[in-house]
Amino acid sequence: MTGKQTIIPFGPQHPVLPEPIHLDLVVEDERVISAIPSIGYVHRGLESLVDRREYQDFVYLAERICGICSFTHSSTFCQGIEGMMGIEVPPRATYLRTMWGEYSRIHSHLLWLGLFADSLGFESLFYNAWKIRESILNELEATTGGRVIQGVCKVGGVRRDVTPQFLSEMDDRLDGIEDEMKELTNVFLNDYTLKKRLVGKGVLSKEDAYILGAAGPTARGSGLDIDIRSTGYLAYGDVGFKPVVEKDGDGYARCAVRCKELFQSVEIIRRVMTDMPSGDVSVPVKGNPDGEYFSRSEQPRGEVVHYLKGNGTKYLTQFRVRTPTLTNVPALVSIIGGCELADVPQIVLTIDPCIGCMER
Amino acid sequence: MTSASKSPWILHYNASSCNGCDIEILAALTPVYDVERFGIINTGNPAHTDIFLVTGGVNEQNKVVLKNLYDQIPEPKVVVAVGICASSGGVFRDCYNISGGVDTIIPVDVYVPGCSVRPEALIEGIVKALGILEQKRAAMEERK
Repeated sequence: MTGKQTIIPFGPQHPVLPEPIHLDLVVEDERVISAIPSIGYVHRGLESLVDRREYQDFVYLAERICGICSFTHSSTFCQGIEGMMGIEVPPRATYLRTMWGEYSRIHSHLLWLGLFADSLGFESLFYNAWKIRESILNELEATTGGRVIQGVCKVGGVRRDVTPQFLSEMDDRLDGIEDEMKELTNVFLNDYTLKKRLVGKGVLSKEDAYILGAAGPTARGSGLDIDIRSTGYLAYGDVGFKPVVEKDGDGYARCAVRCKELFQSVEIIRRVMTDMPSGDVSVPVKGNPDGEYFSRSEQPRGEVVHYLKGNGTKYLTQFRVRTPTLTNVPALVSIIGGCELADVPQIVLTIDPCIGCMER
Repeated sequence: MTSASKSPWILHYNASSCNGCDIEILAALTPVYDVERFGIINTGNPAHTDIFLVTGGVNEQNKVVLKNLYDQIPEPKVVVAVGICASSGGVFRDCYNISGGVDTIIPVDVYVPGCSVRPEALIEGIVKALGILEQKRAAMEERK
């Protein structure tokens, strides 16, 4: 016998959500029939400030679209301005941007692993993930001066350089971090309890992932080989890159993609360190941007697109961001339909929602 | 000192923040800074809360949620505005959707600066909040 349909509100303030998003869950007994999302709790209207801030100052604002993917946003914005103005960025700067971008990815994935463990009530695992994340933040702080908001990217290059001595010592520290991450991911991929909550939950088929426009680990967990890093922007073309893809499309596959990307990122950082070219880290910038440009990058959560339009003054006329979480929400809504009510928090987390990015 | 002002429970709400401060609040709870060793717990329930941490400049849609959460917290309560956006609106002050600080909606007791806030600064802010919590409790006792 089935009961009547009931609507259970999920969010905006919920213990598993560090950020506010609201879902109305239509349930019949314990089964979720559908989910109706409503967003807008973090919308600041940041893009509208573009005509009141000079394009070089706007890098700071672009960085504050989101505090987790901050570095990628600033580098994507700079990439757009540089593309529009035809600025040739020194190779050392592109390598440094690649390095910091990968550090941000590791810190973001560890953050997600921790939050996911926390959502299950697996507190010690949450703490372990965040302990390793602190070593990554130490590296970021030592090289850029900031923990989560780095402020190191600028139009024409980067603000800070790293010393050869620092790079050589970094290699040893990475070994330690890698060992710790191996222990951690072993729990995520092989623990009985975690498998129970992940395997077969929230299955997104390859076709659905493609039609609904999923991005990043959500798409790659469903067998779609989509990763903007394969296009070889920044230094990815030089160091070589092959996306991590899993076939199953369930929560476990998405978790496995992120676990494997941790080691892939460490590998990329190692290669960037060995091949780091010498020279300047920035070039002087003269003039103002004119024209339009689509700038694409791979964030920890998927592909981000910045659209910029200038008219030859120091203020851009238009700025638009398409972030991976927004394109992952339709996929999320589709996989929540038909699941158990108790699985909703975990399924919501497996797409790694970043509401700050999504609503700007 | 009562147990609540030695080991306060905190509630965290993201009122249109960029996430930077929110993840630093969680970082303050985790091993390197580890305020949980003093019994400071991040609770999800306003009814269990002593200290209310709010990040972000508060947009139109958040106002009601923030007010609701504040009203649900039992007295005595202390509100900490975490980060420059929560204090004054910060870089988003000029955005059309931002009201410009948590104190435009609910009374704030402690302002913690920084963009994003550093865990050390946040911990100091919470310690300041403990003093205020104790004062408010004493004032409540007197009224009885």
